[in-house]
Amino acid sequence: MNLRRLLAISRKEVIQVLRDTRSLLIVLLMPLMLMSVLGYGVNLDTKHIRVFALDEEGSQASQDLLRRFQSSEYFDLVAIVTDYRALATALDDGRCQLAIVIPYDFSARLHDGRPVNIQALVDGSDNNTAELAIGYAQGVIASYGAVVQAEYLRKSHAPSVNPVLSVEPRTWFNEDLESKNFIVPGVAAIVMAVVGVLLTSLTVAREWERGTMEQLISTPVTSLEIIIGKLLPYFALGMFDTAACAAIAVLWFQVPFRGSLIALSAGSGIYLIAILGLGFWISVATKQQLAASQIGLVTAFLPSFLLSGFTFPIDQMPAGVQPFTYFIAARYYIVILKSVFLRGIGVSFLAGPLIALVIYASVMVLLAKLSFRKSLA
Amino acid sequence: MDEKTVVVRDLVKDFPGVRAIDHLSFDVAPGEIFGIVGPDGAGKTTTMRILAGVLAPDGGGATVARCDVVADPEGVKNLISYMPQRFGLYEDLTVDENIRFYADLFGVSRRDRESRAGELLKSCGMSEFRGRQAGKLSGGMKQKLGLVCALIHTPRVLLLDEPTNGVDPVSRREFWVMLYSLVGQGVTVVNSTAYLDEAERCHRVALLHQGRLLFCDSPARLKSRLQGSVVSIVSVEARRVRDELAAAEGVSSVVLVGDAVHLFVDDAERRIPDLSARLIGRQIPFDEIVRVTPSIEDLFVEAVRKDSTRVAA
Repeated sequence: MNLRRLLAISRKEVIQVLRDTRSLLIVLLMPLMLMSVLGYGVNLDTKHIRVFALDEEGSQASQDLLRRFQSSEYFDLVAIVTDYRALATALDDGRCQLAIVIPYDFSARLHDGRPVNIQALVDGSDNNTAELAIGYAQGVIASYGAVVQAEYLRKSHAPSVNPVLSVEPRTWFNEDLESKNFIVPGVAAIVMAVVGVLLTSLTVAREWERGTMEQLISTPVTSLEIIIGKLLPYFALGMFDTAACAAIAVLWFQVPFRGSLIALSAGSGIYLIAILGLGFWISVATKQQLAASQIGLVTAFLPSFLLSGFTFPIDQMPAGVQPFTYFIAARYYIVILKSVFLRGIGVSFLAGPLIALVIYASVMVLLAKLSFRKSLA
Repeated sequence: MDEKTVVVRDLVKDFPGVRAIDHLSFDVAPGEIFGIVGPDGAGKTTTMRILAGVLAPDGGGATVARCDVVADPEGVKNLISYMPQRFGLYEDLTVDENIRFYADLFGVSRRDRESRAGELLKSCGMSEFRGRQAGKLSGGMKQKLGLVCALIHTPRVLLLDEPTNGVDPVSRREFWVMLYSLVGQGVTVVNSTAYLDEAERCHRVALLHQGRLLFCDSPARLKSRLQGSVVSIVSVEARRVRDELAAAEGVSSVVLVGDAVHLFVDDAERRIPDLSARLIGRQIPFDEIVRVTPSIEDLFVEAVRKDSTRVAA
């Protein structure tokens, strides 16, 4: 390997990127764009669920229960209606996501210690929100039920009882369970997948399309010098974008950064090599810019987004889909990102995903090397 | 005899459904300007690519400056400069940046690069365009830049694939001046062309047709070696002359050359009276009818005709 030839390739590539405003814009704007779209746009938190209530009784007790809904941050009690049809219409046109019906004999049954059924109608077209709404509603009603029960027991002069078992949940790493903290650190993986695969997939294909490859391969430059020389500038750009993403995450979105910078840099560097290798391989295999960018999008961007655990937890995916996630580099990198940002653990705890990424990167570079021949056809 | 710089032996290259190179053999002597001449599809580009080590042949072999292009294609690349038919430089890099890129790839020192680039650019009148992006150069200047990049190191063999295709006459002349000056420096040039007038500037030419070698000799020898002679008829209605005489007795091939028609005939002195009588009989006007020395183009048309009849038979 000749360093001078390698650097000549890199220098040429840098000049070309700097003169190609389209590539430059992708590099500079992608972190900003994806950060704002995903940081603000993807919100998996379910708060302020819109609630309509039909209070058939209108007693002190029923209003107590509704007040509990109102004071919960998970619910917005939008309206209290007087007939069932209004409730159904509100559900139909989406003015409410949850409808509660308190029966006419609510306080009487409570008074007698008979069981009371409260009807909850939920809009199931968004199943995630629906499940959370039911869960939260059960929580609100159960806690009210416990108060009523204690009151009843006190009135009947029974010795006061405290619940024997109770759960005091405390969430670690993301104390407020904010989806922002879960999403934002992972954006770097998406940005790098797009920048890395898209730009590198174009770089070799462009040379074939413009006819410059034929002259390049007639010189003494070796295929490894071409690969490394071409990837070096994109590696620098990718690391720049990672730093930009981390800075935006911490400074703008106030995501905690608890881990080591070394772990982040090591993970990012290895992930980037894997991604760049993949892009190079695609470029060599297609030899056409359009095909390369489309395959790049399908093999890097979409899986990194959908199958890496970035948005959807992998263990909740269908069993048939889960094995495919092992072929996605972002899967390992996202574990590293989330750990470094939220859990604050060091390199030693991340040996698993780091080793996986090293293997992944080696395979990709090897594939790039094997598929790239200094020969026509 | 001194050792040959390029040796091609029994070369074969197949593409799906077509044999691009069909048992091709020729030699190029040191310091020669060697022309590979033929129409589109003759196999010129394929031959150049094999010699440049960027395409592997299916049979036979070749050596360039004693290096075997089949066994050691990478070894060849230190010894040659190759200019592909399609412009192979970076259009978004400037003249200087392209030169520096190729100088670095061939390990040319900075001092050598600067003196050589200055010299070469000056000799082709491009000194004032050093900061211009290659994509913004004219066709002729692009080709001259290609030659400058090819010559920034000292190749043993210069491989040029149709270097003057689409280049204006002034640039073509400058291009050839540069090639001739190279020969003085001991560089061997192999260049392919579809322009037959350019073939006459080469020391020796190989005529290719459908991947086969028809002739390989100096332009003068080729002319004398072909049997028969050429009759030139100048006429304002050259096409009618051609159509009328194509099937006349003793005429083997006909080709339009500007406002003249060249007829390949078995014996010019004997046929001229018959031919002129026939044109007069048909009332086709013509200014003169004379025997001429065949040009490369005449030879080529005749050679291709003979080759085609041989294949048909």
